[in-house]
Amino acid sequence: MPRLEPESERRGRAVLELRALSKSFGGLLAVSRVALQIFPGDRKAIIGPNGAGKTTLFNLVTGLLRASSGEVLLFGRDVTRWPPEKRTALGMARTFQVTSLFPGLSVFDNALLAVQGKRPMKYVMWRPLLSYGEVCGKARFLLARAGFEDRREVLVRNLSHGEQRQLEIVLALAGDPRLLLLDEPTAGLSSGESQEMAEFLRGLDRELAVLLIEHDMDIVFDVADHISVLHFGEILEAGPCDEIRKSERVRAIYFGNA
Amino acid sequence: MNSGRRVAVAATAILAFAILAHFANSFTILLLTRALAFAILAMSVDLLLGFTGLASLGQAAYLGIGAYLTAILATRFGFGLGWDFWLVIVLAILAGAALAALFGLLALRTSGVYFLMVTLALGQCVWGLAYRWDWLTGGDNGINMPGRPKFGISFASDHVYFYLVLGFFALSLLLLYVLVRSPFGKSLEGIREREARMRILGYNAWLHKYIAFVIAGGLGGLAGVLWVHANGEVSPDDLVLTTSVDALLMVVLGGAGTLVGAVFGAGIVFFVRDYLSTLVPWWQYVLGGVYVLTILYLPGGLTGIPQRLRRVGLSSSKAQKREGAADAPLGKQVSPSIRREL
Repeated sequence: MPRLEPESERRGRAVLELRALSKSFGGLLAVSRVALQIFPGDRKAIIGPNGAGKTTLFNLVTGLLRASSGEVLLFGRDVTRWPPEKRTALGMARTFQVTSLFPGLSVFDNALLAVQGKRPMKYVMWRPLLSYGEVCGKARFLLARAGFEDRREVLVRNLSHGEQRQLEIVLALAGDPRLLLLDEPTAGLSSGESQEMAEFLRGLDRELAVLLIEHDMDIVFDVADHISVLHFGEILEAGPCDEIRKSERVRAIYFGNA
Repeated sequence: MNSGRRVAVAATAILAFAILAHFANSFTILLLTRALAFAILAMSVDLLLGFTGLASLGQAAYLGIGAYLTAILATRFGFGLGWDFWLVIVLAILAGAALAALFGLLALRTSGVYFLMVTLALGQCVWGLAYRWDWLTGGDNGINMPGRPKFGISFASDHVYFYLVLGFFALSLLLLYVLVRSPFGKSLEGIREREARMRILGYNAWLHKYIAFVIAGGLGGLAGVLWVHANGEVSPDDLVLTTSVDALLMVVLGGAGTLVGAVFGAGIVFFVRDYLSTLVPWWQYVLGGVYVLTILYLPGGLTGIPQRLRRVGLSSSKAQKREGAADAPLGKQVSPSIRREL
């Protein structure tokens, strides 16, 4: 069972809190009574073998799936029954394990959609999108920061896989989130690209709370300072990286058959 | 092509069309009028299919409600044949939008093939009403219009009426063009590309789709008014499934997501069906052949031809390189999920 570190308590209100969160598909219990707390500035990771329920857990947190029982608290508010867009409006963002960009649109359009997502002007029908200087400026800034300034007009489907993974995170950060959920940011990346990604993740704003699902242990130990191990939908063990690294049980279920 | 040039080209084309139409014979002018009125319906389908990613098979319902409303008001109350024609236009748009607002509540609970089936079923309901509700719709016989509206000028002549329809077509095209370039229009494209991501980015995807669906319904209502005045009658035949399928095929033929593609599609279909059919008995094979060839060789539709020619124009080695570059990420993209399966 997860324990509360005293230092986390000192940091005040939890950004995200899961209380006995469960999800079953028919007879299959995919996520079972998961409890978790994340505070501002936390870097937590969830690891676990394939089919452990990691992505399902993310879908419950973001609202793409409805929980069977239990509660999701976002910034102190019970959002268990909220649709994803309302949760996003509170300050949550996520990336997807399987790249989920807008492949038929340009890089710039992808960024624009991400920037306007939380603004009421997304409903305006009579004014060209490109006449919103502030929105366009922000999209340009975000792309420039990630090194995309010379590829703004490229269709996203023509980007390399590594570039698409990067753009995933650019899109997630566009709404100025306070909680970032990363679903295997290095999926399908070469080891060199993974290192770059780790560096990028380490450079994120220290106030931002990050919850990470990852298969690559080097990245996990590199980026996270707290790990929860998920196995058959249950949190088997949770603690600081060193503790998890030494745990015999974790070794047996995860490192053993990985 | 930048936006200014696009508008200029479209405006020039419409103007040239208007001048040429002056010399057309009465058969051709009626054909063009019908095609343009129907093109408005096809553009509404393009808003759904090409921009929002919703393939609707029930768009004839909105054309039908606009057409029947016009016909019933004209025959029962003599309403809409003078200056009140403009009021009929507004009422038909509202009626189409209201029907779409109702149907949207049902249809937008589904997506993909199910959306196709639900819209088809709803469209057939409206056809059934037109067919069976005898005292209101005249049943199988339909309703004959007492004549075209007359305000200031009379639109009884097909040539004069053509310009009215052309005007409404140009206006619809302009409004839709403004819409698809707006933040709302771009959001629709995002929903077409990946709805789950849009929701995570903070969009109420359902509401965006619903609004687009209602707008498309309103345009359908407008097309109905112009359609019934062009033909001088309306019957359940105008509301059959074929009408909805035609609108969808015109969009695919012309190029989905282009707006102007719809008018090319409408032009070709009406040319083959109304003109070629008077010359040769095998015109349906021509239409079928055009559909098959377009889908096989022009996935971007007819408006995709210039872009395709440009690509062919590139030196072959360069083209190959580009193809290779485009394929690589796709292959990579598949691999992680396969790995996970194993």
